[in-house]
Amino acid sequence: MSIWSDPIAFIGSWLENLLVGWGLSLDLVQVLIAALGVVVLITALMVFDILLVWIERKVVARFQDRLGPNRVGPFGIFQPFADVLKLITKEDITPRGAEKFLYNLAPILSLLSVLLLWAVVPLAPTILGVDLNVALVYLVAAGALGTLAIIMAGWASNNKYALLGAFRQVAAMIAYEIPMVVALLIPTVLAGTMGMKGVVEAQRVWFVVLSPLGMLVFLISAVAELGRAPFDLNEAESEIVAGFHIEYSGMKFGLFYAGELLHAFTFGALIGILFFGGWKWPLPFGDRYALIGLVNVVIKGMFFYWVIMWIRYTVMRIRIDHMLYFSWKFLTPFSLAVLMVTALVHSLMRQAPYPLYVLSLFLANVLIAWVTIEILRRYSHQERVRLVGAAVQRN
Amino acid sequence: MIPLSWYLFLSAALFSVGVFGVLARRNAVAILLAIELMLNAVNINLVAFWRYLTPTQMSGQVFAIIVLAVAAAEVAVGLALVISVYRRRQTAVADELDLLKW
Amino acid sequence: MTLAQIFFLLVALVMLFSALKVVTVRNLIHAALWLVVTLFGVAVLFAMLDAGFLAVVQVMVYIGAIAILFIFAVMLTRRDASEQGAPLNPNWPVSALIALVTFGGLAWLLRAWQGLPESAAALPAGVDALRALGEALVSPQAFALPFEVASVLLVAALVGAVYVAYGRK
Repeated sequence: MSIWSDPIAFIGSWLENLLVGWGLSLDLVQVLIAALGVVVLITALMVFDILLVWIERKVVARFQDRLGPNRVGPFGIFQPFADVLKLITKEDITPRGAEKFLYNLAPILSLLSVLLLWAVVPLAPTILGVDLNVALVYLVAAGALGTLAIIMAGWASNNKYALLGAFRQVAAMIAYEIPMVVALLIPTVLAGTMGMKGVVEAQRVWFVVLSPLGMLVFLISAVAELGRAPFDLNEAESEIVAGFHIEYSGMKFGLFYAGELLHAFTFGALIGILFFGGWKWPLPFGDRYALIGLVNVVIKGMFFYWVIMWIRYTVMRIRIDHMLYFSWKFLTPFSLAVLMVTALVHSLMRQAPYPLYVLSLFLANVLIAWVTIEILRRYSHQERVRLVGAAVQRN
Repeated sequence: MIPLSWYLFLSAALFSVGVFGVLARRNAVAILLAIELMLNAVNINLVAFWRYLTPTQMSGQVFAIIVLAVAAAEVAVGLALVISVYRRRQTAVADELDLLKW
Repeated sequence: MTLAQIFFLLVALVMLFSALKVVTVRNLIHAALWLVVTLFGVAVLFAMLDAGFLAVVQVMVYIGAIAILFIFAVMLTRRDASEQGAPLNPNWPVSALIALVTFGGLAWLLRAWQGLPESAAALPAGVDALRALGEALVSPQAFALPFEVASVLLVAALVGAVYVAYGRK
């Protein structure tokens, strides 16, 4: 065990020896080290979160043909610290008529639901919180806590806009949870395990090649789960001002905001891990050195975070009923079809030579995509005839 | 190690609280909430027996999963009925739904 | 008393307290949120019983779906913001008596039951419980039929729920 292949265990055993040497009992030391690990991980994430604020603002600005923050420090890199200072010094309001306890609990729970996800995210073969054998279901379960936090915030604020925003968000999250679970089942089927580490290790070829449609479904439902444009109905400014966090100010709003940004990056990292090989890369040494794996995961996460931002700032918001129809009438059956075909082809071709197996899965995906597009084209043609026909009759 | 009887006592207590809720609450939604408590008490029993007596057979966990599915179905139908009744009678209080007592 | 036992007692206390809150508080949203606490306790117990999959599914199904459904239903079925009238019906002492008798009877039975194991049987080594569960659910020799029946029941219930709750225009 060297510091390069397994730095966490290396530092852990060093600390353990040190503390036991000081005369503490072994059980206590192990608990202490586990707690220390959690604290370090969460602190690193929160510091990273501050950086994400800057990245998000800078990227938005570029998409909107602006410069973005550029006054505080070089390239405005200290802008997020100014933001945080402003949020901390801002008056902390609890509106009259609000449920005080729930109102204050909601932002904490919201951030917590995101931080909980990181307990199972593998950053390198040896850097992960816990290699749960049900990690993929755990992701959805942690997301459920986020849903609860949003409905709590909306209800406890005692504000109609907040409640409407929460309703929309929760309806969307429940609707898009189903395609997301189905999309998560695709790596499960391909890897034969629900553990994140097993999923990464099973990717001899990145799963995006084996199931591009599964990746697409996951990306779409992730954007919806995040409540980002084009699915940001929960905070549609022109209709309901700011949605569920309308009454929140100061650091309470800050927690929601930090949670949202970290959530987006987390989903970026998850896409990278589940479909793009996680810590693996085409060059050697990816498995051997933990730091290379870590950098790989962060770069992939950043790239898909950027993709999510790209979608957010270029696609326009769609209507709430369209959004729900899209999930229930298109994405859910579509993802189920992809899952069934993937499982079928996987079990038929498992014994075949590997290139043939990869090719057949990829072709199956192409076939599904073609059939889907054909069905959609027929349907849209029908709709157009119907609508244009109606318009002609009206005139 | 925790004795099996502790789990069973906890489950019995939870079930009794659920019974109380079903019998004593006025609002129909609250009655459904109490039914959830009872179903979960049963689930604790099933999983505890699985773990302590027959960890090699999966029957306990499978039954727990089926109870989970039945609970979901029950909630969906129950709440649909409550909402439907509320729409007609403007009340969700079980005592006021006494049309058949006339 | 070991650490695990103290932890169990703490969880049990929280669960019983929140369960009592569920059946007594006036505000139904609070009741639903207290139910979430109880169900989370159940998930913790599942995790303590080495049923990780059930623990995660418990959180996903109950907290992510059923509790949210309850909150929606409460919001859709109330006349005004604050719940009016007593939360309990007039003959609640009788109900309390029945519940106590139920608990007393169960507790008496459990006391009389000899041979309850003090500690859990060892988990079979080298067997992935999750894999065993999955195989039990779909293998025809085990539980494939009940599992399929449960899924048919779910579909029927969902169709029925949509039909019953659908507002006709």
